Amino acid sequence: MKKAFKLDGEICANCAGKIQTAIEKLPGVNSVSVNAMTLRFTLDAEDGQFDSLLQKSISIFEDIEPDCEVLV
Amino acid sequence: MSKKLKKRLRRVIVALAVFAVLEVLKVAGVFDALPYGLWIEFAAFLVPYLIAGHDVLAKAWHGITHKQPFDENLLMSIATIGAFALVFFPEAEPHMAEGAAVMLFYQVGELFESYAVGKTRKSISAMMDIAPDYANVMRDGELVQVDPYEVAVGDEIVIKPGERVPLDGVVTSGRSQLDTSALTGESVPRVVEEGAKVTSGCVNMTGMLTVRATAAFENSTVSRILELVENASEKKARTENFISRFARVYTPIVVGLAALIAVISPLAFGYSWSLSVQSALIFLVVSCPCALVISVPLSFFGGIGAASRLGILVKGSSYLEALAQVDTVAFDKTGTLTNGTFGVVGVHAPDSVDKDLLLSYAAHAEAYSDHPIALSVVSSYSGTIDRDKIEEVEEFSGRGVAARVDSHRVLVGNDKLMDAESISVHDCQLVGTILHVAVDGEYLGHIIIADMMKDDAAAAIEGLHKAGVRRTVMLTGDREEVAAAVASELGVDEYRAQLLPQDKVAEIEALLESHEGLGKVAFVGDGINDAPVLMRADVGIAMGGMGSDAAIEAADIVLMDDKPSNIARAIRIARKTLRIVKQNIVFALGVKIVIMILALPMIGISTMWLAVFGDVGVSVIAILNAMRCLRVKR
Repeated sequence: MKKAFKLDGEICANCAGKIQTAIEKLPGVNSVSVNAMTLRFTLDAEDGQFDSLLQKSISIFEDIEPDCEVLV
Repeated sequence: MSKKLKKRLRRVIVALAVFAVLEVLKVAGVFDALPYGLWIEFAAFLVPYLIAGHDVLAKAWHGITHKQPFDENLLMSIATIGAFALVFFPEAEPHMAEGAAVMLFYQVGELFESYAVGKTRKSISAMMDIAPDYANVMRDGELVQVDPYEVAVGDEIVIKPGERVPLDGVVTSGRSQLDTSALTGESVPRVVEEGAKVTSGCVNMTGMLTVRATAAFENSTVSRILELVENASEKKARTENFISRFARVYTPIVVGLAALIAVISPLAFGYSWSLSVQSALIFLVVSCPCALVISVPLSFFGGIGAASRLGILVKGSSYLEALAQVDTVAFDKTGTLTNGTFGVVGVHAPDSVDKDLLLSYAAHAEAYSDHPIALSVVSSYSGTIDRDKIEEVEEFSGRGVAARVDSHRVLVGNDKLMDAESISVHDCQLVGTILHVAVDGEYLGHIIIADMMKDDAAAAIEGLHKAGVRRTVMLTGDREEVAAAVASELGVDEYRAQLLPQDKVAEIEALLESHEGLGKVAFVGDGINDAPVLMRADVGIAMGGMGSDAAIEAADIVLMDDKPSNIARAIRIARKTLRIVKQNIVFALGVKIVIMILALPMIGISTMWLAVFGDVGVSVIAILNAMRCLRVKR
């Protein structure tokens, strides 16, 4: 399943890159993109695990850039 | 400016004001005169420092506790705390003012960055503000506003003047002018009337239109474009990936160097601790990769935005990068360089014959025919056709027509028709369908009908050569003579004729092979059979207006107004973007490296102020430079 989310707040391209790499490493994630320019976060993950992976991704966001919130 | 940004701006202004007052007091020597002056000064400068930087300190702490150190917040925190801490080295010069200043200017720079990125984002989304909010549909005899998603194919929708066309469709009644500039960058309005195709996203300007929807909203042009642009910056350019990888190693390396300098230079080379620590702090301030990490994607984003303003949709920054290196452009002919519709390209007759009269006879004789050739003759005749004058129309299949016009016997057709009437004809050198015209048994001249060249096709080829494209190639399924004629008229360097669709792929592969390591090869096409070629080329460019969905899907770049001259413009935008990206990389790294060298304890002429410039100043300059990408000449 692939879904796109809007991001609220500030995020620098560097943090976006870090978040993206961290989420990519989660098992079950097919592809992910964190776009600092358009403020979009796209997650493509296995259907069964999507929700839990989304939660994990959101906590990665909180760890790396607490100013940026994923609008679910 | 967003609320958050305004709040931050106010905070920074307050901190700046406090800082300015303290700096004046310090220069005036007020602190030196006081007992424990140094410690009062220390405490005083902590005030603007904390006002401006408390969130940076908090974030740095957050990073440490969440095992994500090494971000710019931590670097800034260490550098500024370090500057304040120098007060504890009795022999060192105090650096409280610098500590506060570094934090202040860092915040000013951050503010500016947020503002610039927000502005770019906004101007691009404004450009993309083409999504219609509603559609007017007749339901139970009443006109109601519904969500465009609810309109089914075949439904009739009403578009009032000033409204946006919500779905692609065909006009069933009404006449109006459409503003297509949001889609194509074309400022001349398009006149539409019954039977005309309308594209969603255009704005209806003058009259009321009733339109039958031919596509559901999610398949309409407007949805497809928005989807394209929103996904565009996800396909990252090589330079972008390089910079983010670089940033990942650059910061730890510089921080490591800073630590080494702080420890080794006093122990091994005998420099003072305070000098060494100061050098290390300068390293930390300069080690921020922000200028690069922000300006590179900002440039690409700006370049894509600038292109979309001209009706050129670029599906990703990687394609912009590839486009900048294009030195060979291959074209499909029909629909790309030519309109794909037949028209009169010439009227040949002796000087004694009035060409308008010749065309008038031909148009009258052909007036009742619905053959495509007849239609193009009629549409190229500028006068009105008086049907009362036409009598005794006879059609000879595969030959032409005969008719009595104004009581003259008019013959219009090919040489077989003329032979049958034993009228001798002049041969024509031009390539196309030749229509001979004879009146009362006498030969007048001939009309040449051919696929019409796009108005800007020749200018497009010239523009490409001027933009530095070395080789232009036309690939066509058409006959050799037609291909040769079109190629020479347009100034295309090479052509390949009589190609089957699969031959085109082979031709592109041959071009790609011969250009291995030289430059990129672009292919421009529009048909379904062009899709594989578009995918195979380094850069696939599709005609978006008349192009097939398959071609638009397969392409990397879509020209919304079908104008081949926009290819050269797109290349220029791409080159400019890449130039700006390179400037920023060289400039930012250069300045940072110079400041670091000057900061080494053995040289020691860098100051904290210079370091702040190396971080914030460089970021601001790089961002301003990146924003030039957004500017575009119409």
